[in-house]
Amino acid sequence: MSQTIKTTYREALKQGLREALQNDDRVFLMGEDVGRYGGAFAVSKGLLQEFGEERIMDVPLSESGFVGAGIGAALAGMKPIVEVMTVNFGLLAMDQIVNNAATLLHMSGGQLNVPVVIRISCGIGRQLAAQHSHSWEPFFAQVPGLVVLSVGTHEDARGMLHTALQSPDPVIIIEYTAMLNLEKEISADSGAVNISKAKVIKSGKDISIITYGAGVYKCLEAAEELAADGIDAEVIDLRILRPLDEETFLASVAKTHLALIVEDAWRSVSISSEISSRIMEKAFYELDASVKRLCGVEVPIPYPLHLEEASVPQKSDIVNAVKQIINP
Amino acid sequence: MPKTKSKKIDLDAKKAHHLFYQMLLIRKFEDKAAEEYTKAKIRGFLHLYIGEEAVAVGVIQSLTDEDNILCTYREHGHALARGLDAGAIMAEMYGKQEGCSRGRGGSMHLFDKSKNFFGGNAIVAGHLPMSVGMALASKKQKKNNITCCFFGEGAAAEGEFHEAMNLAALWKVPVLFVCENNLYAMGTAIRYTHSMQELEKKGAGYGVESSAVNGMNLMDVINAANEAVQKVRDNGKPYLLVCNTYRFRAHSMFDAELYRDKKEVEEWKKRDPIPEFQELLLKQKMITEKEIKEIEKQVDTEIQKAIDFAEAGTWEPIEQLTKFVYSEKETK
Repeated sequence: MSQTIKTTYREALKQGLREALQNDDRVFLMGEDVGRYGGAFAVSKGLLQEFGEERIMDVPLSESGFVGAGIGAALAGMKPIVEVMTVNFGLLAMDQIVNNAATLLHMSGGQLNVPVVIRISCGIGRQLAAQHSHSWEPFFAQVPGLVVLSVGTHEDARGMLHTALQSPDPVIIIEYTAMLNLEKEISADSGAVNISKAKVIKSGKDISIITYGAGVYKCLEAAEELAADGIDAEVIDLRILRPLDEETFLASVAKTHLALIVEDAWRSVSISSEISSRIMEKAFYELDASVKRLCGVEVPIPYPLHLEEASVPQKSDIVNAVKQIINP
Repeated sequence: MPKTKSKKIDLDAKKAHHLFYQMLLIRKFEDKAAEEYTKAKIRGFLHLYIGEEAVAVGVIQSLTDEDNILCTYREHGHALARGLDAGAIMAEMYGKQEGCSRGRGGSMHLFDKSKNFFGGNAIVAGHLPMSVGMALASKKQKKNNITCCFFGEGAAAEGEFHEAMNLAALWKVPVLFVCENNLYAMGTAIRYTHSMQELEKKGAGYGVESSAVNGMNLMDVINAANEAVQKVRDNGKPYLLVCNTYRFRAHSMFDAELYRDKKEVEEWKKRDPIPEFQELLLKQKMITEKEIKEIEKQVDTEIQKAIDFAEAGTWEPIEQLTKFVYSEKETK
């Protein structure tokens, strides 16, 4: 077995960034407070000192402006990594992401590539109230032309950026602030990961729990608890929300014949709606029961901890839902 | 209304003839496009550049082939001035796969990477931040090219204009912002959209050098553009050039023009940049009536060829519908 090291999600992200900057002179990082402040969440702390201000660019609060500039720089041969501090501010750049980054290849009849990587932190669970607590992966995942990655594990925090930078097309990387301090063991030689396939995080035979992002560790913990009760759950991390790898979850459903989809995003018109439809369309006869979903409650996320926790699926909700499905 | 200043042409005859040819080509190409639109050969939105020809021709002649150009959805004139093939443009407007964007874009999305012509951008002001990014890339790569970004005065009311001006000045990148002020954001006159209507003054707020020019006079535009381009190239910093102009035709083919007086349009037509330049050429004995006739004939031939090319073009097979959503090849 290969050596493992202990790392936080933040450190894994930072090592991914460092490596990207070391590997390719065309790569540069720009975003609000990424340099002198050290990153709003300290992900890029120290990188300005290591790489200098040409490579680590602090930008004014102009989300549309600097995301657009990142797209332009990508058009002109650079490999920009644009950091949008939080997904709520990301909406201010939505015009650039949807109308420019996602369309230029198509509108130009295949002439223009936009190899920009846009990192956005996202998530619910730090009592930040309605304007700073979001699970907006579905907004991005709806747009053809974008590659949308959700960083649900430390391995992906370490390795997704490298592969995203090889993409000729725009990549949105959704990272989760609530996980930044979380420590995990990862292989000491962790590095580039594929960004085309979902991953079976835990293999099991009784039910498929399909999730992504902030749901991954929650579902793994729930699966451990279920194992104590003799339920062998399979946990799938979707990882790539667009284009979806349906092969992995369809194969899982064909094996377990039961499916629960878990996400923090609001329930209607979500990633889980899409996964559910695809299972209906393509694996209907494999199912022993209807597909079930645990999603975010459709409410602007409230400030108090107990209400915030009630807004998104918790481990106990997942455990209970699985038991309900297996022993209705 | 802008006053004409330039009373003489400081160009060699060959270049003067070429620019006259380009303005005439744009005018007649647009007339033809309108005609094809009424025949439903061209669909969607169609925005004509008639009346504004001196701006695209005057500015683009000041650029090199390596310079990047980004435009709005009223960009047929710029594409022609940049040297995109008239047939490829017309085919694009027909939606044929021989078009300069394989028919995927249409009138508002003309692209030609080989000519560093980056659209055809139809979200007002959406391309301004991109132009700053392209100029930033040039700076990082230590290239000597500049980026020229055309937009209307409507765009100057958008937040992205202000963000782009600030970023360009802050980063000291070589971008020439060309504001084509045709006085109407679709159908709303500038007095209803800008608290400060001398748009060049907006540069000062960002420390961006700026000037305004009579956009109805080719020589004025040429002189102003040459000077602005030289500054951007020499000092690597942004510049805002406001070209005050007027569109003679409606905003698009759907526009009944309820918002402006016909008399106003007629007044502006007296300042038509094409006859004005022709008169100057004649006065300076740089062209003969016979040569004008010859140029007109060449323009007509080129446009007819463009129509023939578009007509002969083919439809992309529906099987290819989802092409160009993602790249087929990885970049290095």
